[in-house]
Amino acid sequence: MDERTIELPGLAVEARPLAAIPRGMRSLLRFLRKKPLGAAGGFIIVAMALGALAAGVVAPYDPLETDFDAMLGPPTQAHWLGTDAFGRDVLSRIIHGARTALLVGFASSFLGATLGAILGVASAYLGGRVDLYTQRCMDILISFPIIILALSVVAMLGGGTFNLILAIMIPFIPRVSQVLRASALAIREMPYIEAARALGMGSSRIILRHMFPNVMASYLVMLTAFLGQAILLEASLSFLGLGTAEPIPSWGLMLRGAAVEFAERAPWMAIFPGLTISAAVFAFNVLGDALRDVLDPKLRMA
Amino acid sequence: MTRGSSGENAGWRMRGVAVLAVVSALGVQAWAPSVGRAAVPEKTQPGGELTFAVAAEPPSFDGHRETTFAMIHPVAPHYSLLLKFDPDTYPKIVGDLAESWTISRDGVTYTFKIRDGVKWHDGSLLTAKDIKATYDKIAFPPPGVVSVRKASYAALERVEAPDARTVVFRLKWPEASMLANLASPWNFIYKADILAKDPRWYEKNIMGTGPFKFVEYVSGSHWVGKRNEDYFVKGRPYLDGFRALFIRDTAARLAAVRGGRALVEFRGDSPAARDDLVRALGDKIVVQESSWICALTVAINTEKKPFDDPRVRRALSLAVDRWEASRVLPKIAFVKEVGGVLRPGSEYAMPESELIKLAGFWKNIEASRTEARRLLREAGVPDGFKFTFKNRDVAMPYQPVGIYLIDQWRKVGLNVTQVVQETGPYTADLRAGNYETSLDFVCDFMDEPDLQLFKYLSSDKSPANYGRYKDPVLDDLYLKQARATDPAERKKLVWAFERRVLDEMAYQWPTLWWQRIIPHWAKLRGWKITPSHYLNQDLRDVWLAKE
Repeated sequence: MDERTIELPGLAVEARPLAAIPRGMRSLLRFLRKKPLGAAGGFIIVAMALGALAAGVVAPYDPLETDFDAMLGPPTQAHWLGTDAFGRDVLSRIIHGARTALLVGFASSFLGATLGAILGVASAYLGGRVDLYTQRCMDILISFPIIILALSVVAMLGGGTFNLILAIMIPFIPRVSQVLRASALAIREMPYIEAARALGMGSSRIILRHMFPNVMASYLVMLTAFLGQAILLEASLSFLGLGTAEPIPSWGLMLRGAAVEFAERAPWMAIFPGLTISAAVFAFNVLGDALRDVLDPKLRMA
Repeated sequence: MTRGSSGENAGWRMRGVAVLAVVSALGVQAWAPSVGRAAVPEKTQPGGELTFAVAAEPPSFDGHRETTFAMIHPVAPHYSLLLKFDPDTYPKIVGDLAESWTISRDGVTYTFKIRDGVKWHDGSLLTAKDIKATYDKIAFPPPGVVSVRKASYAALERVEAPDARTVVFRLKWPEASMLANLASPWNFIYKADILAKDPRWYEKNIMGTGPFKFVEYVSGSHWVGKRNEDYFVKGRPYLDGFRALFIRDTAARLAAVRGGRALVEFRGDSPAARDDLVRALGDKIVVQESSWICALTVAINTEKKPFDDPRVRRALSLAVDRWEASRVLPKIAFVKEVGGVLRPGSEYAMPESELIKLAGFWKNIEASRTEARRLLREAGVPDGFKFTFKNRDVAMPYQPVGIYLIDQWRKVGLNVTQVVQETGPYTADLRAGNYETSLDFVCDFMDEPDLQLFKYLSSDKSPANYGRYKDPVLDDLYLKQARATDPAERKKLVWAFERRVLDEMAYQWPTLWWQRIIPHWAKLRGWKITPSHYLNQDLRDVWLAKE
């Protein structure tokens, strides 16, 4: 029986017969070994997600609870990351703020990437006028910078979590659509697609059964890449006062208002939410890069 | 007949004028700056350009239609008024273009003698016709012309200009606040010939008799004025000119003052900004502070359920600990005093001993909140009831006060979602009744019950009443106090009005009154803070000390 020690940077895993390790776990271990930075990103994301899910248990205080005798308090044992202008615990607001960030981030990037994928693949497969009109619409949408388009949508629809998801989702659609259309155009010419057509399969079946699975790697890579961007956008829009409103904890919101006003006297009010946003974006970006390297067959072969 | 003049105390006999004198005596104490320059007269130094920051841009240049400091701060230096408030002895009224005036015994005829030789910026001479044309536009605007303070001149029957230097105002009935309204800082005097050709010309153009002539306005950047060499007060203005810098962002505005690019922002800064500037600049910065005739109020839409029930509105007010707010919020926002409908400390304001009997002003907050919960239960409002609270996207002081209110309501089991809006949609929603509860504000240029009570009248009487209620009891009390001849009697009526608005019906109610904080460079001299950021902005007496 083949026995090996799996070497990981800073981590020694006791040797076990590889056959005894489930396939999924083997893939995960291989990913940890080959892409430690991506794994670190994944670890941060998992920690954030768990923190957000169990915020009520993990956070030391109610994020809305004010304590006017502890206003603008520096980090102490009672308040590890200090308090804000209303005496609210900064750490608790960051932990609860992860809910908003992840909800908006996951929902907008998943919806944006999925709608973009559907439009891109369908447009590539159907071709002709459908492709022409769809892609010209995508060209129009993509001509606006992401933040400008999101700002316009929020300005039209107003703030709030649902509108924020819509605003962030819309700019992602054309970007995913164009990338996946390019992949789908190549797949459309593959013999197995022709074979499927020859067998009399319908367009929707071919798209769903034969084309989508083959663009899934690109889809996943774009999805993770946009997750980081979506979190950053949510923070930016909230910072500009166009996202969620006080007193709901939100990372971007924590950076505006009193955080700016008291930047000199109570820098912790801005530093810790800022670091959290940076960490989240970093985590999604490195994970996205790692997934791209692992899932893209060309890069994998290289 | 009673008389007044531009340089001396007016010896009025009519009741409203006597009121002003009393308010004058009390008011000066009420807003004496806590930190200020020595009162020793200094030798003025002419020359130099004053740069100051303005947080917003003027929607138009017409003072008769606008209500924002963003218009008055850059535009006021170009214009004169008929009368004005003396910044040194507020609320004493002195003449600006008026050299002297008399008021008839029956209080319905005001006769003003206009200064001789006053020149417009184009060199032509000002006459009484110009004053008449201006007040005709304000009190009786032609179709298509907006005059937002038209209602304040309901008592005015007509304006006459019998000769080039005399203007007569004839009233339908004696009005306590008429003289103060004629000293309104919004009532820029416009040129009759121009108004005759185009009554809306002043919305986009400048032509005044003020201490500074217009040079240029670059939207998004600056507004420039230069010294009017023909100004009717000899030796004034001291400055060669002024430059208003439009800087919307608070941090950038503060940085501009800190770096000396702007010497002051005249509206008011936050306590944090004041402390940062003092810490950074030491004795190069002087701070002037005053109570402010501005308050944030909570508007409640009485057409929406369950807010049509006075018990619910009362509960909302009872839940808010204003005394605690007054202790903690001044640390982070420019709000300070607990008060009713009138500025605390002003002549007609309800004293604390009376105020604490009203709903929401009790000193025992636990008892107050217990009563709030009882009223909510009685009105059938379930625990955890959700409603929206609209707020304006202006950091100071709207955001801190908004967060405080939401926290207070949460303590009686109410679940409030805040919706923050830009000023345009926020105001539109208030006017259209598209809200449940909202933060609103009242800001006036002087302490006068006619002005401060106006907002709370029935919605068909007051366009500023966003509560959308009609209450004949309030309207009747308002009229009675406006025409009361005895100050003590008027005070009783004003307090009865307050009890009705704040306690019995709890239609809408103030939170905290603002505290005006102006940190400015010490080299800026000759400017004195007043309880209104609309007053004393003509920059006539301002000068710059050489470093």
